[in-house]
Amino acid sequence: MTIETTTAGVLALIVIMTLVTLVTRLGGVFAMSFVRISPRVESFINTMASSVLIAIVVPMAFAGDAGALAALSVTTVVMLALKKPLPAISAGILAAALVRYLV
Amino acid sequence: MKKSSYPYQFQPAKVRSELLRMLPISLFVVAFGAAFGLAAVQKGLAPFDTLLMSTLMFAGASQFAAIEMWGAEVPVIPVMVVVFAINSRHLLMGASLYPMLKDVSPAKRYGLILLLTDANWAVAAQDYQSGRHNLEVILGGGLVLWLAWIIGTWLGVYFGGLFQNPKSLGMDMVLGCFLLSMALGGKKNLRVLVAWGLAAAASLAAWKWLPANTHVVAGALAGGVVGFFWLEKQPTDAQEEAA
Repeated sequence: MTIETTTAGVLALIVIMTLVTLVTRLGGVFAMSFVRISPRVESFINTMASSVLIAIVVPMAFAGDAGALAALSVTTVVMLALKKPLPAISAGILAAALVRYLV
Repeated sequence: MKKSSYPYQFQPAKVRSELLRMLPISLFVVAFGAAFGLAAVQKGLAPFDTLLMSTLMFAGASQFAAIEMWGAEVPVIPVMVVVFAINSRHLLMGASLYPMLKDVSPAKRYGLILLLTDANWAVAAQDYQSGRHNLEVILGGGLVLWLAWIIGTWLGVYFGGLFQNPKSLGMDMVLGCFLLSMALGGKKNLRVLVAWGLAAAASLAAWKWLPANTHVVAGALAGGVVGFFWLEKQPTDAQEEAA
């Protein structure tokens, strides 16, 4: 099934995509309202939460160019050294820009 | 008054301070939004439709993917699958906030979650690990990020030429660096490191061998399994904060 990108068609597509996105935002919370939060579930949630971040970033490093790798490596080093996000992020972005300028 | 059943007290001052805290990252989101606005009009979307999409969806990566599939005709099911797959991380992110969200009324709970996005969630999740309950960042941070996304899209639609190549400035790495710094700022013990190792391996395996855009959920669930079977000695010290 396809939708033609007429005026009405585009609106329909936007509504459909919005509904799908809404399901993802509301669905996890809704599902959890049926779960009793035991210490085990709490522990699952907590390790899952920081694992989401790792699962976004690691493939980003592998799929990305040298600039992406530089950005993430520099952010890691600065963050572990200073423990402050803003300098770590700025240094990472700067590293990406610099590597891409040079390479 | 059902204060007792929903004990979470919103602090308006904290909503404002969290909004300001997310302001720097929001400036980068403006640049992202501009890149999206430009890409969308180049694909033939009308300015109004582009702005509507950003306002309603508020989900950058999936919007980029959707306009990649744009043409005279758009296949409905594939677009739905791609949008769902990319945004499926919201399911886990929302679930992870439930221990806090259960303390607000359902109307507020589902209202708040409409503003859920990577950056404000990452702050709330990391604060929760440290025993701080911070739903204010979902509200304040979400609002400023949402506005930044809309303003950025608007700039890209009308002044796209200014943002031809955000990649050369490293702008595409802002969110990645931000999320990484959030992860590294959290608790790091053997249990967490094992979870991260498994999450990294699973996400890479999924990225390589499973259908596209499944890697975040695969990695996150793999990390969660470690937590499920390996409990910390003291279950939680968040309880006293909530009181």
